[in-house]
Amino acid sequence: MKDILNELEDRRAQARLGGGQRRIDAQHARGKLTARERIELLLDEGSFEEFDMFVAHRCTDFGMQDDRPSGDGVVTGWGTINGRMVYVFSQDFTVFGGSLSETHAQKICKIMDMAVQNGAPVIGINDSGGARIQEGVASLAGYAEVFQRNIMASGVVPQISLIMGPCAGGAVYSPAMTDFIFMVKDTSYMFVTGPDVVKTVTNEIVTAEELGGASTHTKKSSVADGAFENDVEALAEARRLFDFLPLNNREKAPVRPFFDDPARIEESLDTLVPSNPNQPYDMKELITKIADEGDFYEIQKDFAANIVIGFIRIEGQTVGVVANQPMVLAGCLDIDSSRKAARFVRFCDAFEIPILTFVDVPGFLPGTSQEYGGVIKHGAKLLFAYGEATVPKVTVITRKAYGGAYDVMASKHLRGDFNYAWPTAEIAVMGAKGAVEILYRSELGDAEKIAQRTRDYETRFANPFVAAEKGFIDEVIQPRSTRKRVARAFASLRTKKQSNPWKKHDNIPL
Amino acid sequence: MFKKILIANRGEIACRVIKTARKMGIQTVAVYSDADAHALHVQMADEAVHIGPAPANQSYIVIDKILDAIRQTGAEAVHPGYGFLSENMNFAAALEKEGVVFIGPPSPAIEAMGDKITSKKLAQEAGVNTVPGYMGLIADADEAVKISDQIGYPVMIKASAGGGGKGMRIAWNAEEAREGFESSKNEAANSFGDDRIFIEKFVTQPRHIEIQVLADKHGNTVYLHERECSIQRRNQKVIEEAPSPFLDEATRKAMGEQACALARAVGYTSAGTVEFIVDGQKNFYFLEMNTRLQVEHPVTELITGIDLVEQMIRVAAGEKLPFAQADLKINGWAMESRLYAEDPYRNFLPSIGRLTRYRPPVEGPTKGGGIVRNDTGVYEGGEISMYYDPMIAKLCTWAPTRAEAIEEMRLALDTFEVEGIGHNLPFVAAVMEHPRFITGNITTAFIAEEYPEGFQGNVLDEELLRRIAAATAAMNRVAEIRRTRISGRLGNHERHVGEDWVVALQGHEYAVKIEADRDGSTIHFAGGGKHRVTSDWVPGQPLAALEIDGERLVLKVGKIPMGFRVRCRGADLKVHVRTPRQAELARLMPEKLPPDTSKFLLCPMPGLVVKISVEEGQEVQEGQALATVEAMKMENILRAERKGIVKKINAAAGASLKVDDVIMEFE
Repeated sequence: MKDILNELEDRRAQARLGGGQRRIDAQHARGKLTARERIELLLDEGSFEEFDMFVAHRCTDFGMQDDRPSGDGVVTGWGTINGRMVYVFSQDFTVFGGSLSETHAQKICKIMDMAVQNGAPVIGINDSGGARIQEGVASLAGYAEVFQRNIMASGVVPQISLIMGPCAGGAVYSPAMTDFIFMVKDTSYMFVTGPDVVKTVTNEIVTAEELGGASTHTKKSSVADGAFENDVEALAEARRLFDFLPLNNREKAPVRPFFDDPARIEESLDTLVPSNPNQPYDMKELITKIADEGDFYEIQKDFAANIVIGFIRIEGQTVGVVANQPMVLAGCLDIDSSRKAARFVRFCDAFEIPILTFVDVPGFLPGTSQEYGGVIKHGAKLLFAYGEATVPKVTVITRKAYGGAYDVMASKHLRGDFNYAWPTAEIAVMGAKGAVEILYRSELGDAEKIAQRTRDYETRFANPFVAAEKGFIDEVIQPRSTRKRVARAFASLRTKKQSNPWKKHDNIPL
Repeated sequence: MFKKILIANRGEIACRVIKTARKMGIQTVAVYSDADAHALHVQMADEAVHIGPAPANQSYIVIDKILDAIRQTGAEAVHPGYGFLSENMNFAAALEKEGVVFIGPPSPAIEAMGDKITSKKLAQEAGVNTVPGYMGLIADADEAVKISDQIGYPVMIKASAGGGGKGMRIAWNAEEAREGFESSKNEAANSFGDDRIFIEKFVTQPRHIEIQVLADKHGNTVYLHERECSIQRRNQKVIEEAPSPFLDEATRKAMGEQACALARAVGYTSAGTVEFIVDGQKNFYFLEMNTRLQVEHPVTELITGIDLVEQMIRVAAGEKLPFAQADLKINGWAMESRLYAEDPYRNFLPSIGRLTRYRPPVEGPTKGGGIVRNDTGVYEGGEISMYYDPMIAKLCTWAPTRAEAIEEMRLALDTFEVEGIGHNLPFVAAVMEHPRFITGNITTAFIAEEYPEGFQGNVLDEELLRRIAAATAAMNRVAEIRRTRISGRLGNHERHVGEDWVVALQGHEYAVKIEADRDGSTIHFAGGGKHRVTSDWVPGQPLAALEIDGERLVLKVGKIPMGFRVRCRGADLKVHVRTPRQAELARLMPEKLPPDTSKFLLCPMPGLVVKISVEEGQEVQEGQALATVEAMKMENILRAERKGIVKKINAAAGASLKVDDVIMEFE
């Protein structure tokens, strides 16, 4: 009997070694942790329950039948993060370079099915050379099985991808369909076709890092939502993000004890908006001063910085923030910022996370590159996302809310629940100068007259009261009391119920 | 007594004068420029008068504008503060003509002391020590040696036309004096075409010590002892204290009496300061007299209990001084730190902008039996403007002894939150930890000698690191326990927060075991030693006030992955608190060097170049403004990411640029 029990331990020990000590050392030498070490850091200590530790591949081509390591290059199972359940898979680069086989894919599919069934998020740790070539189409089938599950899980449970090594070819499309992608600087890359193919086909010479490193995907392509210095930091920050997210689409966003007065007054916000309308200010100061404990988890901070998105907590509960950033491009909307914010708004709506919007937008960015790029349809994505969202929506206009961009930014007309404005708000079709130039074209030669017209326009429209008279602004509030007003607004919306007409799905302008 | 006074100044000194006036039941009038419309002194005063555009030469120092403000408001007297019009005899005279009282000395005294040569001459006549020297022409080397012998070595041999150290020699004996004279003369002739040479005493180990005097209009003149102001950076005082750790009673008395003699000689009334340079043998020599309230006057107030502004106002109103010299005792020790909006990590480059956070320590008595005083003219959400002096605040502490006053200052600095701009608080805090400063062995060259390469943050000693490690271990436990209280947990399978942690900071690692109880926690260090930590800190608080083994420690804390950013005692630390397993895995992570950012300044957005702020060949400091680009009608200032030299400028003002266009290149 004892021997049988011992055999289990021996087998386990063997499985835990993955591709063996030599490959583990090589992984460490690259500055990377092993699949199991990553799970250890991601989950609460001792909480990991493994599935399919002894699964081995079934391939018999190319002599593969002689090398059938337990686990087949991926570690799967479930555990907890701060006591909340999560399913996890972690590809093991020490076993066949983490390549995906039919059985490897089956292991991933198993935990994804369980995650959807039991209502817990999935975190995938990617470190794989790609398809297992020896298995041919069986490997491709494996990818597609995973893709299908990513699609089915989308909007049901949060899915997070951590790219901690190579992720190339078809493999990229699994993370691409998850909610968040995080990369590790210098040790991870993602691309559909690698540098060698690129060179052959287009004669372009590019390194893997330039083509698909963390910097490329966080700054240029916006494929990734964030990048971290190393594995340890990335896993710690994944835990931090996880604490903001609900377990599934049937549950409310999590609440945790907070140590911050919901009625906290921030007098300094009274002077946040500069007296000169052409001077920028940092919208992140407002976000951190409104948030519980100043804690803001920013998403995609290096891409389309003219809009800021991320998570905060108010009274301990997660809130998604979308804010124009006057520091960059005057905070205008453009193709990139619209896409960035639209996807975030839809994530929040899918998972019952209330949305707080701060508005200071001078309009859409003009220019041929924008029009040729299809700003019409991209801008419409954000409009669509806000309009279809049924979660609590609170909006604060701090300064400019001009033209169509006013409508887009969670206006009252898009079923905004609370639409506040600071006394410094200017809600109008456009700025005074532009408006006067159109309205009084005939007087353009007379500088004095035009100046007077501009002043008249400013007096009439450069304030929140015209909109407030019409009920488009529910209340004009003091900047200093914004946190208190926003907290009370969300408190009153805890029981909000709103639904859209039945449809198979909508047809957002993708 | 006056019913209403006007304060012809701004910032902290205007606020400080308003406070005393209010205490005395006098109404106050502030004046302000465009840049100061929302300034604190304007908010504090009973009335405020706008006097023009932001530049001081169009507002604060335009005498007519101040006179207009006086007429408008009916102020009976004017306090000039320091700087601006405070030592302008024309202003004092203009007020006299207007029939308004100048709260300061009579204009002839200002005039007499305003000129370096006249004031030195007057000082000599009044029996005040001046730096011995020979101003006449020196014929030859023999005469030079004779003169040097008379003055006493070391002497400084200087070219009259000299500058930048050229034609300057220091001689420690007759031989060196002879050689020095010859070479200086040659060098001066070659460099300046003027070989006139003079010789004066070379002051070794110089300290800057000044005497506060106060005189009424009834012939009473007293001195309120000294202030030591040797901690200077490029002649700008940074830290002052009273009394001086160097003076003995006899020297103090001699300096005080000479200062009073000079004040009497020029018919001085009101508060004034006689500055001396003091050498390592306690020889002191007159430098100059400041005919106004000094920036650093609070330290004198703290050790004498006398409100100098109040006495200035009373003297101006014709009252007699209510005390005699014998009444003026030194009580305890006071320190002052000047907080400047200058970034110590960027070679003290001025930093302007919005104070996103500004929370000075609580003023008044401290737990440790000391006193904190903070003279300031700014507030959270206010703006540090480019137009005026970059001083944010004068933080003062008082305690019975110097060592205690320093300790109070350390705590006050650690408690002082200033965010949004670069400032010298970490530097001042580092000086407070410096062994040479602690022993009082300082000279005016202290900063140049001790920080020759500039300031890169303080390196903390191991004892303090262990205390910070204990503090952060305890704080981390509180934060971790809160994390486990999130909703949606799997019942009965909650996370348990362990007792064993590894704290890594400033290159050290400490394995600790936390033993927590109701009142706090005891942190046991592997390899021996423990610290008892108590604190009411909760996650999210930017300031952690702790007691470690009963001693106070204050940390500014921010969040980083798996730990805290901790700022205290002039250090800015990344403190990682990890489980032993996490620490083991973290050790496998490669050390990353900061990325080599490119040698180009790229245009971050499509826009119009409004201004190029530098020239080719110019050396720029990290954070220095390089160019201004206007996009969407907003001006964005582009700053240097690090120190460098501008090699080539590719864009001029007016140019329209695309994203990533190269604006300039660096060497």
